[in-house]
Amino acid sequence: MWDRGVLALTLLAIDPAGLGGAIIRARCGPVRDAFRECLDALPQPLLKLHPTMDDETLFGGIDLTETLTLGRLTMRKGILGRNGTAILAMAERCDATLAARLAMALDDGSLQPLIAMDEGAEPDERTPAALGERLAFYIDLNIASSDVGLLPDTAMIESARAGLASVDVLTETYETLVGLCAQLGINSQRAPLFALRAARAHAALHGHTSVTPTDIEAASALCLAHRATVLPPQPQTEEPDATPPDTNEQDTDGGNMEIGALDDRVLEAVLAILPDGLLDQFKPKGSISKGSGAGAKNKSNRRGRPKPSRPGRLSGRNRLDLIATLRTAAPWQKLRGASKGRIKVTPSDFRIKQYEEKSDRLLIFAVDASGSAAMSRLAEAKGAIELLLADAYSRRDHVSLISFRGDTAEVLLPPTRSLVQTKKRLAALPGGGGTPLAAGLIEALTMAHQARTHGMAPCIVLLTDGRANVALDGTANRAKAASDAEQIARQIRTSGTEAITLDLGNRPAKFLADLAANMDGLYMPLPRADARKMSGAVSAALEG
Amino acid sequence: MKQPFPFSAIVGQEEMKLSMILTAIDPSIGGVLVFGDRGTGKSTAVRALAALLPQITKISGCPVNSEKVEDVPDWAKLETKKSSLAPTPVVDLPLGVTEDRVTGALDIEKALSQGEKAFQPGLLAKANRGYLYIDEVNLLEDHIVDLLLDVAQSGENVVEREGLSIRHPARFVLVGSGNPEEGELRPQLLDRFGLSVDVASPKTVAERVDVIKRRDAFETDYEAFMVRWKAEDALVRGQIETARGAIKTLKTTDAALTDIAELCLKLGADGLRGELTLLKAARAFAAYREDTAIGRDHIRAVAPMALRHRLRRDPLDDAGSGVRVTRVVEDVLG
Repeated sequence: MWDRGVLALTLLAIDPAGLGGAIIRARCGPVRDAFRECLDALPQPLLKLHPTMDDETLFGGIDLTETLTLGRLTMRKGILGRNGTAILAMAERCDATLAARLAMALDDGSLQPLIAMDEGAEPDERTPAALGERLAFYIDLNIASSDVGLLPDTAMIESARAGLASVDVLTETYETLVGLCAQLGINSQRAPLFALRAARAHAALHGHTSVTPTDIEAASALCLAHRATVLPPQPQTEEPDATPPDTNEQDTDGGNMEIGALDDRVLEAVLAILPDGLLDQFKPKGSISKGSGAGAKNKSNRRGRPKPSRPGRLSGRNRLDLIATLRTAAPWQKLRGASKGRIKVTPSDFRIKQYEEKSDRLLIFAVDASGSAAMSRLAEAKGAIELLLADAYSRRDHVSLISFRGDTAEVLLPPTRSLVQTKKRLAALPGGGGTPLAAGLIEALTMAHQARTHGMAPCIVLLTDGRANVALDGTANRAKAASDAEQIARQIRTSGTEAITLDLGNRPAKFLADLAANMDGLYMPLPRADARKMSGAVSAALEG
Repeated sequence: MKQPFPFSAIVGQEEMKLSMILTAIDPSIGGVLVFGDRGTGKSTAVRALAALLPQITKISGCPVNSEKVEDVPDWAKLETKKSSLAPTPVVDLPLGVTEDRVTGALDIEKALSQGEKAFQPGLLAKANRGYLYIDEVNLLEDHIVDLLLDVAQSGENVVEREGLSIRHPARFVLVGSGNPEEGELRPQLLDRFGLSVDVASPKTVAERVDVIKRRDAFETDYEAFMVRWKAEDALVRGQIETARGAIKTLKTTDAALTDIAELCLKLGADGLRGELTLLKAARAFAAYREDTAIGRDHIRAVAPMALRHRLRRDPLDDAGSGVRVTRVVEDVLG
């Protein structure tokens, strides 16, 4: 892995514009430090970025401090547009906003190359996809420190740069790379391009006049392995089918065989690198980035109920409270020797506006009132809801009630704060009939959508025994009912709605746990005869 | 300065390209929404569009790109009255942008250092008479979305803050792109986009090979590549300019109107904006094709992109709304 990391750096130094950059995933430790030394060995100067950077440092802008001290406009140059290798420390903590800006800079060429140092420990702590997409390489450097090897060779980089323009690319190379991407399930068109550029840089590095199979192998391993979403079928048997189907029609003579053989070789090289469990990382599509407008955000420097201003620095993302700033500056005017009609303001006078924004929460109870649930523990569920209601009341949450039974779901109570009404409807809730779980979830999702447009932060609490047996189209079909429910559950996750699943069954059901995982929410079997404990647990989950 | 990748060199993606050309012919169609995975050439197409569009005449130095001297807002304090040719503005609106940056705000530096109340125009001013491009539009914060909706509706940006009271025209074509897996778009904003297209990577190997070949040529052999494609771009630009002229004289038959109304009714599209957009898009398409009247072919071609985002959500229809539209189009138009 170490050699591969160094190779990636070398290729980046040879062709920074074409390759974009690399993600280096390494925890703090000797290996990471050693790798930093490699970066220092590169010919370009280093620029440091960190995830909480403001726009002015990034894009440049007016240097307010200087401007005020000198009394004339002083501009400051941003990091973007400076020449050098940018290093983003703690890339896994980079938010969508910064990622979008960096992606923009990578696209227009004002930032290249970018090395994202990813220190994530958990699989879901990772560099934002918008950024990873635009960086050619991904190197996992969580290796033993004894594996640390050579530093990149600067002299070779220089000569390779000179030779880069004269490297030829054969038509077969394009086809090989595209075919490879197709086999690995890589849809992005940036991937084959990166591989091509990397292969060319690799060829230049080794003094080849055209891109050779070795170059392609090395480049594919570096650029394509981590982007794979499917494993190609293992073509171990020596049958003609084993060659990728795409090249079959190109030509039928010996050339075809050669390309097929090359494809296989390259594919093997890529597969050799695929770490175990890599594909698992991709299956749940990462965590869904929730648009920050989703609701429950509390402190904001843009909108909401105004709070007292605080001293601070203008960063381009917050707003100056002009009146407060002037008020702070006022007492000092004589001391500062301000002339008549002019006010002298120093940066320490700046007061920044602060807002507090709090959206109401809406708890949507989706209650399974089917026969099977009624048989088991509907009464207990009712008790649990009542306890939750009391909790909701003290937090001034809104609540609404949806029940599903027979073949439809119905909204028993639109969002309200009236506790009494909710209790009444709940008590009158009859049980019996099939379990149209998907229909209930759709109803809850629709309500969540509506609530969000009203500025509320919805949260779905699903109470069911999980024996879904009525599909969305009303037919009694167990398998279809279950798959329908799963599909809606995924949509709930996409919509970014919080969801909690409470299992009413006599025994915890695997299906429901999976369903909760699909919704990216909490799953909890309803503890027996201890509604209070459950309500406590749910409250804790909501608070967290 | 390197020119962006040429528009006509983009492989495939015909629907996306067509939708962009149609809004260039008739900006009143509204914006274009491009949904698709990463790496399908969304950003490339938008940036290419800027270079493709015909230049506009504007008063030199005008912050809102005014065409005539009397349109220049008085706060701009321009010295010249000369006008010059400039490329159609295409302005990027990045995620996490502040309200101040979008609408413009009090020029704080001037206020503090010179005691002057001056207005610093924002992105909306810059985008006037051009395009406003929002990448990852579905992740945009709500309060910025609200602001955009308001301005897109009225065509005017009103700034009332910090003792400033300023208004300036802000007519632009919204182009949004995003990845639907990462979040949905509010229906209100969805409705503001005139056209909506779904893009995917090309399906055939030959096309994909073409994509990387061209891109590679663009990066390694820039000069020759641009010479080769500039001519093609000029051709499309000429077509757009001709269509802009032809659209005024284009006939709209009652039969076409009936078809459009029937189509929207059958689809249950919300509101009347669907009909209007479909009409405008069909007209622009007819002009682009150099026909003299709107026919069924034109309606059929643009119906999916004009209507697919206006249908009521069907949570279980994975096939996408485009298929539903096509189905109904076949029913109605035969």
